[in-house]
Amino acid sequence: MSDTKKFMYINRKAPYGTIYAWEALEVILIGAAFEQDVSLAFIDDGVYQLTKGQDTGGIGMKNFSPTYSALGDYEITKIYVEKESLEERGLTLDDLQHLVWEDEDEDWAEKDSIRLVSRSELADVLATQDVLFNF
Amino acid sequence: MAMLHLVNKSPYDACSLDTASSIMKGDDSLLLIEDGVYAAVKSGKAAARLAGLKVSVLGPDLAARGIGEDKLIDGVTVVDYAGFVDMVEANDKVQSWL
Repeated sequence: MSDTKKFMYINRKAPYGTIYAWEALEVILIGAAFEQDVSLAFIDDGVYQLTKGQDTGGIGMKNFSPTYSALGDYEITKIYVEKESLEERGLTLDDLQHLVWEDEDEDWAEKDSIRLVSRSELADVLATQDVLFNF
Repeated sequence: MAMLHLVNKSPYDACSLDTASSIMKGDDSLLLIEDGVYAAVKSGKAAARLAGLKVSVLGPDLAARGIGEDKLIDGVTVVDYAGFVDMVEANDKVQSWL
């Protein structure tokens, strides 16, 4: 029997206003070292974590948004963003970072990490997971 | 007697903007700070709450969150920290909707 489990990290908080987003990233990166099958979901205010062009120079906090673009190197290639959450907030995929991973089975072809899903599609994804972490 | 209302929570996560916007009157102003700035994004569902109000947003908090000024609804003023202080000074009271 395989020891690999499907881990899903569910992100529902905006960055900077609370520490949840930053803490989630810490846990995700640590978890990635254990070679589990990791997925991330960004729903509700969590979609704000992925906006591009974040510049925290004026608020004296660390800008941790560049870390998301490193997730592909940790073999985290499934990043689900909920369509309804984006739309409600007046955002589109164009407002988010373009996150990619390199597929070693296809000569390191660059592939999109973000999968835009509806709430019902996300429900199906959640149903297939073994472990859920909420931030 | 004008009051400055501060909202620092996302309108999609807390009801402080709803309460603040419905209690504002007369010459009152609203300043959106921290996660409150998301309310001013054009075509977001919360933008309707700001109709008819005098609204400012704190620029450094917008920039931190990657929300460009071109994404904001018309008529919203972007202020810096010095502008924040000016607004506090220009009003009789400050109500912070924590």
